[in-house]
Amino acid sequence: MTITTSQTHDERTLLPQVRLKHWGRWVVAALIIALVLVLVWSAAGGNIDYAAIPGYLVHPVVLEGLVNTIVLALTSMAAAIVVGVVIALMRVSNNPVASVFAVFYVWLFRGLPLLVQILLWYNLALVFPQIVIGVPGTDLSIFESNTNDVMTAFFAAFLGLALSQGGYMAEIVRAGLKSVDSGQIEAAQSIGQTPMQRTFRIVLPQAMPVIIPPTGNNFIDLLKSTSLASVIGFLELVKASNNISSFNLQVMETLIAAAIWYMVLVTVASIGQRFLERAFDKRGRKQGMPARLTTGRSLSSSIFSAPFMRTKR
Amino acid sequence: MTANDVQLAEAPVLEAVRVNKSYGHHQVLKDVSLEVHPGEVVCLIGPSGAGKSTFLRTLNRLEAPDSGEIWVGGDPIGFRLDNGKLHELPERHLSAQRARTAMVFQHFNLFPHFTALQNVMEGPVRVQKRKAAVVREEAVALLNRVGLGDKVDYYPSQLSGGQRQRVAIARAVAMKPLFLLFDEPTSALDPELVGEVLDVMTALAKDGRTMLVVTHEMGFARRVADRIVFMADGIVVEDGTPGEVLDHPKEARTQQFLRRVLA
Repeated sequence: MTITTSQTHDERTLLPQVRLKHWGRWVVAALIIALVLVLVWSAAGGNIDYAAIPGYLVHPVVLEGLVNTIVLALTSMAAAIVVGVVIALMRVSNNPVASVFAVFYVWLFRGLPLLVQILLWYNLALVFPQIVIGVPGTDLSIFESNTNDVMTAFFAAFLGLALSQGGYMAEIVRAGLKSVDSGQIEAAQSIGQTPMQRTFRIVLPQAMPVIIPPTGNNFIDLLKSTSLASVIGFLELVKASNNISSFNLQVMETLIAAAIWYMVLVTVASIGQRFLERAFDKRGRKQGMPARLTTGRSLSSSIFSAPFMRTKR
Repeated sequence: MTANDVQLAEAPVLEAVRVNKSYGHHQVLKDVSLEVHPGEVVCLIGPSGAGKSTFLRTLNRLEAPDSGEIWVGGDPIGFRLDNGKLHELPERHLSAQRARTAMVFQHFNLFPHFTALQNVMEGPVRVQKRKAAVVREEAVALLNRVGLGDKVDYYPSQLSGGQRQRVAIARAVAMKPLFLLFDEPTSALDPELVGEVLDVMTALAKDGRTMLVVTHEMGFARRVADRIVFMADGIVVEDGTPGEVLDHPKEARTQQFLRRVLA
């Protein structure tokens, strides 16, 4: 239908428009709210002593479990990063044996379920009752101990987490290294940089923006996987809540307290990850603007502060 | 020119002796030999696939030849001469030899996480371990010379292709190299940006720098080169002054190539 009019475009009054009502959205929203209300209502009416939960949150045993969880997560993540970098560098090295070893490592430690790995480490004493580090062919020993003394619950969980996470980290680091243009390596070689300088000044800084986001994700995953250590009796959050409930049977209450702590830890880690990502992203968004308008800074500060920036050619 | 100057000018700063290189069954370089003397500007021309870039990359051993020797300033690159034998060097020692040469790439290969100034200073400060304050002054002067005095603190992503390539040239010159290798330095540039890069290269040639340039810019080669080397199918077909090679080519292969590019 057309409206013919002799008026010019500037003079003509516009016709009123009737907006689409989106009835479907209202219906879906109402259903979701109803569902949530039903769930909350039934949870509130459930057989749970909610008033006890705040007490369990700050219960000394739970707090000890919280500290142990944090320590286990941080130490095994740090070790996993070291393992990952080493395995990734072996994977891309020119030595075929190192490269094949790296592939095998990733295959094995990423393939085995984490719980199986933790149990295998914890029960190592069944295979090797003694751990002896000595000089081959002689009776000289540098270190000697009962396996059970060394392989504590903490150490078994640490090994399981660090070695399996190391396999994942190796793949992340390798993807980061591969993302750096081969021209960058050639340019570094052409100005005479040694392989060491090249890796640490040119390649890794440019690989970081690719490495950091998935590393953050994996850390959050590892943080939650520390709960598996409860199986071998390591006093982390889940074991702590179990210890309490084995006395008073408040299973749900203590587990909810542990769950709340996990959510707090994961939230903190997520915020940290976003902060890291934004720090890198901000440097990448500087396009079209001079980095600094003066050259007044000293060389060391300006070179060390060279931001990790990625650009497309 | 005194007799002594002639003597010095005679010693080649770069010498390639029967260099061979194959990729699988395809032989890219077949017994390529070349001498470059101090102050010479040599342009390598030829059809694509002739092996020009591969040859250039063997000269600082970014590409290791299968056989043949490269002598840079009297040293065999990638090797140590001992008792009449060449012993292959580990890469950290090869690096020191490379630091006496410099290369400008087709795709610039500037370090994107460094500013223009940091790109230029990286080699002299980190590799040659020269004093940062001195290098900074030199680097700023170099960037001024290539017309980028107002862009020292810009990141490569904030520069045009022509500006990036001029930073890359400054980065190469800052190494105070025995010679400069250019690998098709204008091939990746928009046509209107080619001129500014060629101008900088012409100025370097006028300064008496030793340059080896793989290029498709025939006008530049004619104006600036002391010698033109025509390569095809992995061999040096013709080697002479621009007048000899471009105007009076002896070989049929050269004539055929020139008819095509100059048409």
